Amino acid sequence: MTGLLSVGRVSKRFRGLVAVDNVSFDVPEGTIFAVIGPNGAGKTTLFNLIAGGMALDQGRIIFDREPIHGFSADEVCRRGIARTFQLVRPFPALSVEDNVMVGALLHRGNIDVARERAQALLRRFDLFDRRHRPASALTLPDRKRLEVVRALATEPKLLLLDEVVAGLRPTEVDRLVTILKDLNRETGLSILMIEHVMRAVMALASRVLVLDHGTVIAEGTPDTIVHNPAVIQSYLGAEAV
Amino acid sequence: MDVILARLFGGLSFWSVFLLAAFTAALLAAPWFVNDYLLTVLIIILYFAYTGQAWNIMMGFAGQLSLGHAIYVGLSAYVAAVLFTRYGIGPWIGFLAAIPVAAACGAVIGFLAFRFGVTGVYFAILTIAFAEFARIGFDHLDFVNASAGLFLPVAQYAHNDLWRLRGSPTMFYYVMLAATLLALIVCRLLLRCRMGYFWLAIREDEVAARATGIDTFTYKMYAVVISAAVTSFAGVFYAFFYNNLYPENVFNISRSIEMILGPVIGGIGTLFGPILGAFVLTGLAESVNSAMAAFGFDLPGAKQVFYGICLLLVVVALPEGVWPPLARLLRIAKDRR
Repeated sequence: MTGLLSVGRVSKRFRGLVAVDNVSFDVPEGTIFAVIGPNGAGKTTLFNLIAGGMALDQGRIIFDREPIHGFSADEVCRRGIARTFQLVRPFPALSVEDNVMVGALLHRGNIDVARERAQALLRRFDLFDRRHRPASALTLPDRKRLEVVRALATEPKLLLLDEVVAGLRPTEVDRLVTILKDLNRETGLSILMIEHVMRAVMALASRVLVLDHGTVIAEGTPDTIVHNPAVIQSYLGAEAV
Repeated sequence: MDVILARLFGGLSFWSVFLLAAFTAALLAAPWFVNDYLLTVLIIILYFAYTGQAWNIMMGFAGQLSLGHAIYVGLSAYVAAVLFTRYGIGPWIGFLAAIPVAAACGAVIGFLAFRFGVTGVYFAILTIAFAEFARIGFDHLDFVNASAGLFLPVAQYAHNDLWRLRGSPTMFYYVMLAATLLALIVCRLLLRCRMGYFWLAIREDEVAARATGIDTFTYKMYAVVISAAVTSFAGVFYAFFYNNLYPENVFNISRSIEMILGPVIGGIGTLFGPILGAFVLTGLAESVNSAMAAFGFDLPGAKQVFYGICLLLVVVALPEGVWPPLARLLRIAKDRR
């Protein structure tokens, strides 16, 4: 079986440090797939290898039946993988709407059509009222959502979320989780998320991959993962069960 | 045409269109009310408004700091002047020849920088270096009379010859006014198209822009090439207005710096900032000069000191430039750009 995204035996070294070691997994079309693991497990490196801009030392990454490793970040996005950043980076001086317009203009040249699309997305993510504010004036939860909206505006087949609910209050986590879940159900959007917040992982993901020291220590449904002894030992800690 | 007009005026309030119309009307009527000296000052103001607008495409929109824009002015000035003095080809055809020269020069600088990841301060230094190469190169280029300078024939003209750009200051004034207004229109249209949005994204955060799928290399190249092409008209105008070209003068780094003071003081990245900045800076500098002359002081370099003071004041008190707060004051702040 090959999924929408297929990561095959991927490795990445930084001098002596093996950040990602022989990692393989498949993200089937239409699923929400989570990658978890302790700090320094190689999650963000793996993420950057997929999102482009970082060359891998070994292995291959197939997206939509085509190899994409070695592509630049913008090329990867044009192929249909949009990402958010762990430390949010909206375009600060641009208005909320213009931020989303940039994404919406990627595959279309018409300003008015792009604006309609941007506004529809902003409504869905409860940012419509704030669309004329500069992005720098938003609160952190709003900026995180804005990043998701901007990424979605590029019409991706796969959305990469880098700790998108980290730093949010539980109610805000639930709100974002609901929106993402609806989006996945209605449009069939596939999502690959790196996440620390187990509350979001359990609610969203249909499959979970656990990394530790760059290697895969477990993969499975959220329920099997939280009862896996190796995962409890290395990441969740005994009290999490 | 309707689409262009809609794009041009869409989002502007009636009040801001009115203010803009009043401003334009005042400028159109100005030659009837001012003496020759003031008219020359106005020409210089419009010249800086125009070049500032052209520079702003690169820095204000796409975030690429050029400190060597004199190279585009100088190259275009020399192209038009050589064609005119040696081959009798008029300035408008000369302008058509100067555009590709300036654009190609911009493309070379842009390619070298963006292909090899030269950014920020290092990019600015590269632009200075190219302007300096040009200055030293032209200083030794006998074809254009090297450091002795290139002169256009000057005579008293009975009537204005717009086609050959020979005539009274009033004619030059209207030519520069038309160019400045045209540049304003072009810049507004550029900002409101797909490319404009991509430029702003690159200016704000290049990494995020790439992650949003923007081929930043290509769009930065567009910015340099378009900015250089727009600047090239200023060069043609310079040659035919001043009638003399010295490499030491036209390619000098002070020319590049003067060019960017307008937009810096008026507001980088705004559409009206370069125009306002040129008025504030050149207008005040000339007033200071005349005031000092009236009181019998003769201090060479006073203008430069004055520029420095203005720059300091703006950096400290109005970091956005003069235009954004003024726009809020005039209640046209909705027009954020």
